[in-house]
Amino acid sequence: MNIKPIAISLTVLALTACATKPKVEPVQERPVVEAPPPVFEEAAPTPPPVVQAPPVVQAPTFDPNAPVPGSAEDFAYQAGGEPRVYFAYDSYSLNSDARAALTRQAQWLQTYSNVSAIVEGNADERGTREYNLALGARRADAVKAFLVGQGVSPSRLTTVSYGKERPIDARSNEAGWSRNRNGHTNLTSGAIG
Amino acid sequence: MEGYDPKLPTGSVDVRMWILKRFIVTLWTACCAALLAIGTAHAQLEIDITKGNIDPTPIAVPSFLGTDSQTRDLGAQISEVIRADLERSGLFRSLDPASFLETQTNIDYQPTFADWRVIKAEALVSGRVVKESPTKIRVEFRLWDIFAGNQLAGLRFATTPDNWRRTAHKASDAIYKALTGEEGYFDSRIVFIDEKGGKVGRKKRLAIMDQDGHAPQFLLAGSDLVVTPRFSPSAQKITFMSYENVVPQVYLLDIETGRRELLGNFPGMTFAPRFSPDGNTLIMSMMSKGNSDLYAMDLRTRSTSRLTNDPAIDVSGSFSPDGRQLVFNSDRGGSPQLYTMNANGTNKKRISFGKGRYSAPVWSPRGDKIAFVKSHQGKFTIGVMNPDGSGERQLTESYMDESPTWSPNGRVIIFSRETKGRNGSNSVWSVDLTGQNLRKVETPGNASDPAWSPLLP
Repeated sequence: MNIKPIAISLTVLALTACATKPKVEPVQERPVVEAPPPVFEEAAPTPPPVVQAPPVVQAPTFDPNAPVPGSAEDFAYQAGGEPRVYFAYDSYSLNSDARAALTRQAQWLQTYSNVSAIVEGNADERGTREYNLALGARRADAVKAFLVGQGVSPSRLTTVSYGKERPIDARSNEAGWSRNRNGHTNLTSGAIG
Repeated sequence: MEGYDPKLPTGSVDVRMWILKRFIVTLWTACCAALLAIGTAHAQLEIDITKGNIDPTPIAVPSFLGTDSQTRDLGAQISEVIRADLERSGLFRSLDPASFLETQTNIDYQPTFADWRVIKAEALVSGRVVKESPTKIRVEFRLWDIFAGNQLAGLRFATTPDNWRRTAHKASDAIYKALTGEEGYFDSRIVFIDEKGGKVGRKKRLAIMDQDGHAPQFLLAGSDLVVTPRFSPSAQKITFMSYENVVPQVYLLDIETGRRELLGNFPGMTFAPRFSPDGNTLIMSMMSKGNSDLYAMDLRTRSTSRLTNDPAIDVSGSFSPDGRQLVFNSDRGGSPQLYTMNANGTNKKRISFGKGRYSAPVWSPRGDKIAFVKSHQGKFTIGVMNPDGSGERQLTESYMDESPTWSPNGRVIIFSRETKGRNGSNSVWSVDLTGQNLRKVETPGNASDPAWSPLLP
């Protein structure tokens, strides 16, 4: 892994932040169970960590279940749960939700600047195959253009259209179609893990 | 799905051998000769296929005669294939052989016309299979007009016993032509995409079969996503789009040699390929920065020329049979519509003006119609219109009908139909130019993107 210093320092910071936010277990409130006689002498209890407020440096709140920073899972997590943005029928314009999600994607991609991605454009099943290939390409390009506008180097982003060939939801209703009309930022290299 | 062999032969070697075999027998079948007419030909029986099939013509096709068990078996199988071909066209009703009164023992004598009139046959096909050597047979038939009492056609095919099925299709084509005045389409094949699995994670593979669903074969090893295959109108070649590389591109496959090649050196995705009528030019779309435009590639020189230069989607180009015009799909007017232009890219004009969104246009090999897909109010339909956009007619309707392709004679359209919902799947259907005779086409499994070959040589 060839991670630049800025990435390392952020990673360390994130780990520290996690470690310095322990959950204080109310041990004394547990039901008292008769413990078996110790066979070995118990080691001295580990001293509790010094409890202090985690340094509020970054806006994102830290979740103890958060994925490994710099991983593809982290990218999805930071991007709002999944690295996909969604489109209206036969449209390739980015709505405010999509722009907000892509802004977060761009921030992450700038943090992990050795990560490359392929933006996959997808369409729902209610169009003919070739038209949807062109529509998916427009969507992929719209996503890429926005990320580049946010400062991500275009050399790190390629695009592909799958048209209606790669649905993620099998339902033939608006709920399914709206999920299948998406641009998916799929990390191809440089992510941790 | 009777007759489906789940163990489809795979790989280019199999295909090559199969193609080679076909090629050899083609030479044999080419040596067919007209049987001399018995009596003078004054055709009364002529079927008008332009008006739609309201009342199919009753035709009798007894088992072809044979001189031993092998030729008798072949004769029975050949007549069965002919009956099925004619029935599927929707123009004919094959009479039940159990109803036949006359059993001919020699096809060189006139049938007893009265016996066939009683069972209301309007045409009779009587034939025989003769063994000439252990590896050569002769298949002969005569087509009789029962009411006029004369012979309409008589043909002899020299072939090998294992080529009986193609011989039967060639006989069907000759019968169809004699009775309708139009070329047939039975000795032809269909390339398609074989599909496995549900909507999510579906596997697609390029395959080919006879037009009646027999002899399905995979054409490519491997499991890369392949879509939109199209047949060359002049050679045993197919073009298609494959995702085998990072950038999906258009490929050319010679199905006689198995040779496959990537077409062109385009920086962006190439897709929606289709041959010109002479097979020498390929029209396709290329993506550049999210914009698709139409390009023509001369397959002999590999030079390309750009035909559209517009920020709109320009896809699904299809040549007119004289090669001088193209129809294509564009959203340059704000929604997907059909446009025509000259083959050099000039004189673009919109031809679709009905309610709905139009796409996937395909020019008929006869030149008189353009087939297309229209979506309107949640339904997708296959329709036809004249090349100037007039005379629009809807032929089918379902949740999703798409990928129309014409029979070699421009009288039948096959297309793929996907059903709705989680368990939705694709199948191939055929419909007459008149909108009659909608039928499911036999495929080995779920299938999409059919493309009809020209008549085999």
